[in-house]
Amino acid sequence: MKAKVYVTLKPGVLDPQGKAIQHSVELLGFAGISDVRQGKYFEIALDNSLDADGAREAAERMAKGVLSNPVIEDYRVEIE
Amino acid sequence: MKFGVIIFPGSNCDHDAYHVISKHVGQPVDFIWHRDTDLSGYDALIIPGGFSYGDYLRAGALARFSPVMGAVREFADEGGLVLGICNGFQILCEAGLLPGALIRNRELHFICRHVHVRVETTETPFTTALNSGEVLYLPIAHAEGNYFCDDATLEELQREDRIIFRYTDAGGEQKDEANPNGSRAAIAGICSRQRNVLGLMPHPERACEDLLGSSDGRGIFRSLANTLAALA
Repeated sequence: MKAKVYVTLKPGVLDPQGKAIQHSVELLGFAGISDVRQGKYFEIALDNSLDADGAREAAERMAKGVLSNPVIEDYRVEIE
Repeated sequence: MKFGVIIFPGSNCDHDAYHVISKHVGQPVDFIWHRDTDLSGYDALIIPGGFSYGDYLRAGALARFSPVMGAVREFADEGGLVLGICNGFQILCEAGLLPGALIRNRELHFICRHVHVRVETTETPFTTALNSGEVLYLPIAHAEGNYFCDDATLEELQREDRIIFRYTDAGGEQKDEANPNGSRAAIAGICSRQRNVLGLMPHPERACEDLLGSSDGRGIFRSLANTLAALA
């Protein structure tokens, strides 16, 4: 089983890296981009000692406790 | 009066802090490895600058899981004095000992230069020997020094007089161009509700000798020593 965790900046938190990426993408010729926000993506391989609900609970705890900083970031977990 | 300087893998201002305590404060000081958990006998701890765990994940995010941090939390809860400088400030925020977070500098660059910070209050164990409104000339060296907190936290910090240092110009005036990293409310340093934990991005330990361009950092260490002497 695999847990996928997406960590994104909360709305309103400045993302200067996203701004710099947007600028570069525009220099490449893409128009019509109103915003770029950079986030983080984690793939966590889990052995089969957990069922899907247990895996989700474990991944949520990891996402909340380590992978994201709740002051500035949100997270989303997918199990597959 | 005994000081401890905590070393994480990747700390690199530990020797500067040690030097200042032993030479300028003139007090005993130990290095404390991040795997140690016994902090008995210490009166003040310094969490120094550097790049603990290579700044992996987020600056300070992994250091907070080091074994020593549980003991640091207990030490702080019992009123022990904790000074977090630069990466130390980031670690204290990640550990929840101070509110808010340090995010990427507004202009993205790593900034390494001297800046001016204004002392906002002398009502902390770290600023008693300074004057309110006094402007210090201190070096900064960081890529993630942009202090962020939500509106409620900012209001609380202001109401409780917990913003200790702000970025200003040389005359002590707060203006956007004097804010090097985009920090909210020009915050350069804050303290805990009990006022015994201070975090700041500038490096006072690198500003204790005129030869290094400024000795304005000495007032912070002198305050710390005076506070401890008064408690003894």
